[in-house]
Amino acid sequence: MNTIDIDIDGLAYRVKSGVSLLTACQTLGLDLPYFCWHPALGSVGACRQCAVIQYRDAADSLGRLTMACMTPVTDGMRVSIAAEQAQRFRGVNIELLMTNHPHDCPVCEEGGECHLQDMTLLSGHTRRRYRGLKRTHKNQYLGPFLNHEMNRCIACYRCVRFYADYAGGSDLQVLGMHHNVYFGRFEDGALENEFSGNLAEVCPTGVFTDKTFSAHYARKWDLQTAPSVCVHCGLGCNISPGERYGRLRRVVNRYHGDINGYFLCDRGRFGYDFVNSPERIRTPRLDNHAEIAADAAQQRFRAMLNGHLPAIGIGSPRASLETNFALRSLVGAENFYAGLDGGEQAMLETIRDLLADGGVHTPSLREVEQADAVLILGEDPVNTAPRLGLALRQTVRNAAFRRAGELGLPPWRDAAVRELEKQHRSPLFIASICPTRLDDVAGRCYRASPQDIARLGFAVAHCLDGQAPSPAGLDAAQQALAAEIAAALRQAARPLIVSGTGCGELAAIQAAYNVARALRPNGGQLVFSVPESNSLGLTMMAGKPLQQAFRRVAEHTAGCVIIVENDLYRRAPAQAVDAFLQQAAQVVVIDCLPHQTAARAGLLLPAATYAESAGTLVNNEGRAQRYFPVYPPPEPVRGAWQWLLAAMDNSDCRHFDDLTAACAQAFPALAGIVAAAPDAAFRVDAMKIPRQPPRYSGRTAMLADLKVSEPRQAQDAETALAFSMEGASVGIPAALQPVFWTPGWNSAQAVNRFQAEIGGHLSGGDGGIRLFEAAGEGAWFTQIPDAFRPEPGLWRVLPPPLHIFGGEELSLHAPALAERAPPPGVLLNPADAETLAVASGEWLVIASADGALSRCLPVKIEPTLACGLLVAAGLPDCIALAWAGPVTLQKGDRP
Amino acid sequence: MSIDAQTASMLNADDIRDIKAEMAHYPDKAAAAVEALKIVQRRQGWVSDAALTAVASLLDVSTAQLEAVATFYNLIYRQPVGETVIHYCSSVTCWMLGADDLRERLCRHLNARPGQISPDGRYTLLPIACLGACDQAPALMVGERLVTGVGAETAVTEILGEQS
Amino acid sequence: MDAAAKPLTRNILPDRDYATLADYERSGGYQGLRRAVSELSPQAVQQQVSDAGLRGRGGAGFATGLKWSFVPTGEDAPKIRFMIANADEMEPGTFKDRLLMEKDPHQLLEGLIIAGYAIQATQAYIFLRGEYHLAARRLNQALLEARAGGYLGRHILGSNFSLDIHLHAGAGRYICGEETALINALEGKRANPRAKPPFPQVSGLWGKPTVVNNVETLCNIPHILHYGSAWYQSLGRGADKGTKLFGASGRVRRPGVWELPMGTPVREILEDHAGGMIPGYALRGFLPGGASTDFLLPEHLDVVMDYDAVSKAGSRLGTGTMIVLDDKTCPVRMVLNLQQFFAGESCGWCTPCRDGLPWVVVLLQAIIGGQGRSEDLDTLTDLVRMMAPGNTFCALAPGAMEPLQSALKFFRADFEAYITGKTPPLEQADEYY
Ligand SMILES: Cc1cc2nc3c(=O)[nH]c(=O)nc-3n(C[C@H](O)[C@H](O)[C@H](O)COP(=O)(O)O)c2cc1C
Ligand code: SF4
Ligand code: FES
Repeated sequence: MNTIDIDIDGLAYRVKSGVSLLTACQTLGLDLPYFCWHPALGSVGACRQCAVIQYRDAADSLGRLTMACMTPVTDGMRVSIAAEQAQRFRGVNIELLMTNHPHDCPVCEEGGECHLQDMTLLSGHTRRRYRGLKRTHKNQYLGPFLNHEMNRCIACYRCVRFYADYAGGSDLQVLGMHHNVYFGRFEDGALENEFSGNLAEVCPTGVFTDKTFSAHYARKWDLQTAPSVCVHCGLGCNISPGERYGRLRRVVNRYHGDINGYFLCDRGRFGYDFVNSPERIRTPRLDNHAEIAADAAQQRFRAMLNGHLPAIGIGSPRASLETNFALRSLVGAENFYAGLDGGEQAMLETIRDLLADGGVHTPSLREVEQADAVLILGEDPVNTAPRLGLALRQTVRNAAFRRAGELGLPPWRDAAVRELEKQHRSPLFIASICPTRLDDVAGRCYRASPQDIARLGFAVAHCLDGQAPSPAGLDAAQQALAAEIAAALRQAARPLIVSGTGCGELAAIQAAYNVARALRPNGGQLVFSVPESNSLGLTMMAGKPLQQAFRRVAEHTAGCVIIVENDLYRRAPAQAVDAFLQQAAQVVVIDCLPHQTAARAGLLLPAATYAESAGTLVNNEGRAQRYFPVYPPPEPVRGAWQWLLAAMDNSDCRHFDDLTAACAQAFPALAGIVAAAPDAAFRVDAMKIPRQPPRYSGRTAMLADLKVSEPRQAQDAETALAFSMEGASVGIPAALQPVFWTPGWNSAQAVNRFQAEIGGHLSGGDGGIRLFEAAGEGAWFTQIPDAFRPEPGLWRVLPPPLHIFGGEELSLHAPALAERAPPPGVLLNPADAETLAVASGEWLVIASADGALSRCLPVKIEPTLACGLLVAAGLPDCIALAWAGPVTLQKGDRP
Repeated sequence: MSIDAQTASMLNADDIRDIKAEMAHYPDKAAAAVEALKIVQRRQGWVSDAALTAVASLLDVSTAQLEAVATFYNLIYRQPVGETVIHYCSSVTCWMLGADDLRERLCRHLNARPGQISPDGRYTLLPIACLGACDQAPALMVGERLVTGVGAETAVTEILGEQS
Repeated sequence: MDAAAKPLTRNILPDRDYATLADYERSGGYQGLRRAVSELSPQAVQQQVSDAGLRGRGGAGFATGLKWSFVPTGEDAPKIRFMIANADEMEPGTFKDRLLMEKDPHQLLEGLIIAGYAIQATQAYIFLRGEYHLAARRLNQALLEARAGGYLGRHILGSNFSLDIHLHAGAGRYICGEETALINALEGKRANPRAKPPFPQVSGLWGKPTVVNNVETLCNIPHILHYGSAWYQSLGRGADKGTKLFGASGRVRRPGVWELPMGTPVREILEDHAGGMIPGYALRGFLPGGASTDFLLPEHLDVVMDYDAVSKAGSRLGTGTMIVLDDKTCPVRMVLNLQQFFAGESCGWCTPCRDGLPWVVVLLQAIIGGQGRSEDLDTLTDLVRMMAPGNTFCALAPGAMEPLQSALKFFRADFEAYITGKTPPLEQADEYY
């Protein structure tokens, strides 16, 4: 790292060269206020809050006021934050922002974690001189996620810079002029962009606040939090869930330097409400109706295990390693099934093997953002792995950053770089079944069937390396496109291939690998998207495919069936699951929310959610991370692994950490997971880490309506965290850091104080541990599928794209998210629609060729969808249709 | 470019032709935004939500993006105005030489305050910044016609070109 | 009248509506362009303009030849470049560019084409104030004539140089005159200024090298090319070169605009050309170069209208069009009017301007309305300091502060008289901005 020396208020500092003075000051932990600057959004110099005095040389005693955010650090530069003139300027600047700001802090949900409050205190403005009227605005309805309170706006322009410039949203803009600027939509309506929730953190005051939080609001200082990991997709973004009175109140971003950085997607932020669902399974039940006590349930469970046939266990890609491992230990390795459809399992195992010994580097999201040419094969990342989509959106900017460098402009001069983006864009190619939410920045989009997407990938690989097999029978346009993509990838310094399970086509994954392998000499990287929070972790545990479990039961070689955190109806055709559950001697289901499978359980045990339990998850890049209980599960709910442990007679495992350690020992590839986070014995200066902030209020009276004395705080024997406000406050490792908060910095911006360098890694390292690094040689995949040819009168149903809202099982139980879920329907090519004489909005009867399955859904015409394909979306069980083979279509009537 | 039904209903063929001709002058269609809004305004008097939506789709920008531009500029009316807009100069020299008085006389004559539509629907009076006619202050614009030197002695009807 | 002594207005005759192409050609029009494209290299044109000592007439007085020289040249320089005429004239009290465009449109076109040649532009635009309808008609007419005459379009006058000009009419905002805001406006965006660097000459319109020059600046170019830089230098009376349009408005006997040598004393302009004050009114002060310049007093009448001389006197040459304050106009109210203008025209981007100017307006209204407090003058001074040059994102707010700070200095008693009740409070004028 290149460093230079600068002088701030007479003290010498060594700082990284190339950064802005404001960034340098924040890295040094100096209290210099700002509003419009954001580490991920760069500098624009609008708010004028970061003013300092800069001196020409040692002799200059007057200096010149300058905006730190717009000033590059230079060797030997001399500046002052404390100079009277600078302080005065910053004080009046805040006073100006405050002329219109309503003094509504007591009723404002930002209160207590408000950057404007912090900066106002920091700037020393205390007395109001302004006597005029305040300008007022009308607020807009922005959908179920965010409140809009425009009177609080200080016009820092961060919202539009994040929403429009960074996240690519087009429906939030700055309107109006002079001191009547307005940040809103053209008309009332839900914000369209999938990352809108970040506005609640990006806005330095209370204009955009979390509406789901409003519904059960508590001050930040009253929230109990624990370090956690988002369970709503396979990326493993870090989150801080906050609880009060046994209810999960909200989720905010928890900075991770390699994964989510500053931003979450709306599914991750607002999906948490499933935890509070009134439908939660809260007591053990027999045959889905009779509630029984926990002890009785436990006994019943043990009794069921003692049948004469061995019990089999069905794990889950949304259950932790520990839960899956406990199940495997309980039933024995030979009786453990992964709970995945065979097709999906094959894809995941291929991904796993490629990560382990494909010899190609899998980038973190931070590295993804650096890519300067990208090919996406078969994925719609904004829907399947949203935060990856946001990272990929940034890649197209790299050409502009490079051009800025040539012009001598630092990358953080945001407006200038954005200007250059129009002429200088890094290439992004998207091959997908349907339009994707990144098409607006893609240089070229290719729409085809999954097979043809894979074929394009194989062709690109062959263009790059003659050794790679070449698909036969490509047309000229496909050849030309493949050549164009290959040329762009070859020219890039950091080419990246993106694929995954999204289009349900193993060959697409294999083709992606071939391209990346061909690019190895050029530093090619490969990232896969996987559907669920522990898809990859589960795949590393060598469970057998679900279909084999079905066979075991059909052959009467299995007794009790234990299904943990898995709705099999999402995994296999309904008839097959029906038969399986019917034939099983006994069915035990352990889960947190009801579903079709749970409804068929002889014994249903209530499982804790991620907010009430600990667990380790392995994300798409093979990074193991641990989440911790935010609050104890309400009795008799307990972690699935706890139910399972309690059912074991002679296990060495007593505690959570024992399970982790045993799992690490059982699977060499998982050996690293023990280091994903410190264990329960870990202490900082002999203290546990408190989940409650030091200002946690009302603790002694929280249960005063039930008991006069304060009940003893719950004890946590399983982790290094405490349900308490007492404990260590500094020196906490990132994996155990519940929230980022320092004196004087009460808002999300406090994270500045926890980073080794602004926007970089957390001091002491980011949490979690990578289990794979590129190793091995890999080999070309040579099985190239034939081109897709529609059969007359038959259509192929594709697994629905996992829509960001509603595509994932748990978050669909969050009311705000459910409100945004797309209505059920199918997409059809216009030519097919014409053949069938259906128009957009009309209804279609879809039936499996054998007539066993049928469903009536409305049609949307999608001009870019290939003929002979049908994409069904918006129904949890329409996945099942995808297994039913080709279907027939017929115009139908609205049911 | 496909022009959807809404665009077609809000813009007539001439408007669309003129807007497209304007777009051809720039490497980026969006550069024609202001002129496109003015074209709409020339025929419809003001820019309604529906018209704005139609123009946005023609320019390939979102309605919010076009609204951001439309609400920035003075001469784009996002509210209905009278048949003729009178812009009286409210800047320093005209103010010094009687712009306030001129405004009041116009308001009385039109029976409307600035920003309102006169009851007969014919006029809307709006202030405007310096018209570059300070040597002949006070000045105003009636529609596109610059009228200067309108001191207290000039009759309002004369200013409006109403006497004949 | 000696045409060579008044090159800019030689075609502006009392009995002529405007100069047609024939009129223009008859007076030597397009000779400068002919010479440039047939005899001179682009660098030579730049050199000639530099040698002439022409400084920008848009207000800042930046050397024109030097500005052009910042456009990157050479093999790997961007091939597309833009030349823009800044015809957004909207500063209160300024009425010179309108005259030039309405009366002699070809002069601007010729200047713009030569400037385009000097930086090897591929396309030129005139960014015209939306309110200037007559100028728009005349310019569009002139553009047709110039294209037909071979002065514009492909292979101008048989040379290898091709250029077209498009007239872009704005929709009214003072900030559009700020050159980087103008570029945003021309791109069809909100006219917020851009941060520099990058300077437009390197990365401007659509990220390409771009030069923005004022209309009057450009109108000088044909003559410099036609008559040479030595001739041009000889026109100035003082340190600065050439002639300039000077104007006066307010209660003078003959308000107007006159082409005079740079360095003409204020007294000559106000007394000889403008005919002195209207009987019954006395001179109390004047803004020498438009609304965003500091007040000067009668004691400054002998200051000469040169960039440096006016600066030394405590103000700016600005646009060279003066606004005269007479003894019967309240300076506090005049300043209020100016601040209302600036507050209303703030683009809303940076805090001091967006929120500071409305506060200035509120304070002045309170003072005039009889609710002023003695500390209000300190607050105004604080606000002036807040909006000092360099503190805001662009020069709009600092410009707004110039008349305010000088009024607080020169007419402080008038402010205090309202506050102490010696001047009866005035009923509030409506606030329209
Ligand atoms: C708020 C503001 C408004 C301006 N308005 C104009 C204008 O209307 N016309 C103009 O020529 N220059 C205007 N300028 C100056 C321009 O930014 C720029 O300096 C000028 O066009 C350069 O031309 P010149 O070098 O030929 O003088 C303005 C500057 C500011 C800060
Ligand atoms: S000073 Fe700031 S707010 Fe004012 S016009 Fe310039 S950039 Fe806009
Ligand atoms: S943070 Fe520097 S101007 Fe806003």
